[in-house]
Amino acid sequence: MATILAVDDSASMRQMVAFTLKGAGFDVIEAGDGQEALEKAKSASVDLVLSDVNMPVMDGIELVKNLRTLPDYKFTPILMLTTESAGDKKSEGKNAGATGWLVKPFNPEQLLATIKKVMG
Amino acid sequence: MSVDLSQFHQVFFEESNEGLDIMESALLGIDLENLDSEKINEIFRAAHSIKGGSGTFGFQQIADFTHVVETLLDLIRSDQFKMLSQHVDLFLQSVDCMRTMINQIEDGKDCDLEQAGQLKAQFENILANLDGDSDSDAVTETKNDDSSSDDISGWKIYFKPDADILRTGNEPVRMFRELEELGRLEVSADLSGLPDLASLEPEACYLAWNIRLFSSAERAAVEEVFEWVVDDSELSIEPMAAEASDDSKFEDPSQADVVSVTPVAEVAETQVPAVEKVAAADSQPKAAAKRETKTESASIRVATDKVDSLINMVGELVITQSMLGELGKDFAIERLPSLMEGLEQLNNHTRELQESVMRIRMLPISFAFSRFPRLVHDMSKTLGKQVELELLGEQTELDKTVMERIGDPLVHLVRNSLDHGIESPEQRVAAGKDEMGKITLNAFHQGGNIVIQIIDDGAGLNRERILSKAIENGLVKESDYLNDEQIHDLVFRPGFSTAAEITDISGRGVGMDVVRRNIQELNGSVEVESTPGVGSTFTIRLPLTLAILDGQLIRVGSDVYIFPLVSIVESIQSYDQMIHRVSSGCEVLRLRDEYVPIVRLWDIFNVKPDSEQLEDGLLVVVEGDNIKIAVLVDDLLAQQQVVIKSLQDNYRSVEGISGATILGDGTVSLILDISGLIQLAGVSREDYKKIVPEDGSQAA
Repeated sequence: MATILAVDDSASMRQMVAFTLKGAGFDVIEAGDGQEALEKAKSASVDLVLSDVNMPVMDGIELVKNLRTLPDYKFTPILMLTTESAGDKKSEGKNAGATGWLVKPFNPEQLLATIKKVMG
Repeated sequence: MSVDLSQFHQVFFEESNEGLDIMESALLGIDLENLDSEKINEIFRAAHSIKGGSGTFGFQQIADFTHVVETLLDLIRSDQFKMLSQHVDLFLQSVDCMRTMINQIEDGKDCDLEQAGQLKAQFENILANLDGDSDSDAVTETKNDDSSSDDISGWKIYFKPDADILRTGNEPVRMFRELEELGRLEVSADLSGLPDLASLEPEACYLAWNIRLFSSAERAAVEEVFEWVVDDSELSIEPMAAEASDDSKFEDPSQADVVSVTPVAEVAETQVPAVEKVAAADSQPKAAAKRETKTESASIRVATDKVDSLINMVGELVITQSMLGELGKDFAIERLPSLMEGLEQLNNHTRELQESVMRIRMLPISFAFSRFPRLVHDMSKTLGKQVELELLGEQTELDKTVMERIGDPLVHLVRNSLDHGIESPEQRVAAGKDEMGKITLNAFHQGGNIVIQIIDDGAGLNRERILSKAIENGLVKESDYLNDEQIHDLVFRPGFSTAAEITDISGRGVGMDVVRRNIQELNGSVEVESTPGVGSTFTIRLPLTLAILDGQLIRVGSDVYIFPLVSIVESIQSYDQMIHRVSSGCEVLRLRDEYVPIVRLWDIFNVKPDSEQLEDGLLVVVEGDNIKIAVLVDDLLAQQQVVIKSLQDNYRSVEGISGATILGDGTVSLILDISGLIQLAGVSREDYKKIVPEDGSQAA
């Protein structure tokens, strides 16, 4: 079963994402910021990373940059969860190596549809 | 699949309230001259999370409001907008507004949108005055140039991704699969970009594709498939005319003559300069310990380590119990040492267990302190004073119930210090002090008590004014001599009102006497020290918990009773000349310049004392509800901490008794309720007033 790393500093969002993904049969690893996510990514094999952009300690952009330097995460899909007002964040995320994005707010159905896009 | 989002609501509420607290305290700590980008980031992140969450969980009103807040914050964060102090206030009001909205939703009520509307208008006003900012909303709008897809049979797509596409985790094959869901797909690869094997980089993508999609899907649906890669790719999407649909021959890719067509909206997006260099994300990690939320009386959040230590303790207890049980099976006198040892262990474990259980109810006082930065900020603005607030000992723990009930008295005292203590900047300068006044809240443990001090460096209590006010209100007579301490204490007396100088701030009906009464209800005490021109210190002493009481054991005949230690003023041996009999037949004790009614405990509880004579016993002077009485007892015994057992739960409530406890020897001892005792003895406030001056004039 595919493993997804869900990164968000907001516990409610993280819970919602994790709950939805688990319900769809994915294994989910949760992290509350980029630094924690990076540690967890190193010690586990992850098939997809879903990350918020604005986080304390290490933000999503920085996380993507760091992940892309790891051999195991060279081609791993990484999706950013952004809000519609963060247009320049999207390109920044892309430049850092993010695969794509999912615009907040999203509902569980949209989340799964987007994931299907990269996990096909 | 459908997910019930309401299960995440509670977490969202808690987290939003935390976020608002973070925003508030960060806003209060902002130095506008020297903007700390990490602080702004922190505020932004909190607003951002609330917005994201509220949108996701269906609280659109909050999301809409937070959106404008966040937009302005984002501009501040990226140095495109200069924050001034009125903006800090606007943000603070927004925090309040969001908090209200969230609480309303949490309570299942409809949001009151009036305040939100007003604030939002202010934000929009600010944003509208900035040229060409607040762009980003338009970005996600997809171009809608194709009138309809009725007359087309599908789309002809040329897709030449960037060589680095794979390094972003995108995979053309997945896109084709996605396209396939829209309709039948014909894909042919364009190999023209492929280099020699020698110069081929295995991780790069050299291919391009010609795709025919036979589908009635809208252009937008097709564009969406390429949404993430369109910026870096050559992509053309052209409608396929109906007659071309059966044309199965592919065009030669080399002569395809395709110019890269990038949707206009996306161009606009890429041209937005990446200004967000500020997000120095790896600067200092946010302080931990921010997980706690607001206190609720119904439930309590306990740190896991506290529960663990409790479980550990219970485990130890079980081991000791089984050991003792084993020992008791066939006990012989030579095994006495091991029995003693076992009992010793039992004793230790029980005590530790008790401590662990107590710790569960303990919370750091920062819960009660956290509201003060905002209070001081707002109030000092209203009063035109400059005040700095210092919080010390925030990690000092105390019982949750005590914490909940000390909040209001604390607020009152802080308001009082701000209003009456700290002088205006002009007065301060004139007095040779720093313009900026200072209020310190300090908490620390002392013995079995927690001490909370409210210290201001203001003018101090005005001795003369208090005295004249007290004389005016009939609390003292002009002839009375009072020392400083007694004069200061007058501010806590009921009837001492500074009504002449009532203000919006501290003159809201609640007097200092209520503060003292509230604190006394918690078995605590409050006193004030003050030096003119230097400042005042209010010191509150509270028991760490309401379950344990510092008691003075006293004896009447064969019964042992307990006085709460805090209520005892002093204990004296009486002499005949100190006793006066007043006309109503009641005896009073002349205690220096006061007259205190004498109450015989044996008489009230109808027990047999050693002696009924006043001079054989001791008089314990206790105070409750600002009335002093001298209680006749046979003997004073030890002072000790006692565990309070409710009489009401186990028996029924008894007048004059606040509870009971079990003493070391197993006997039950009653804890006296001073206020109840005063009523029981028939000493009402009116009587007291009557007795004192009556006898006072007699003695004078």
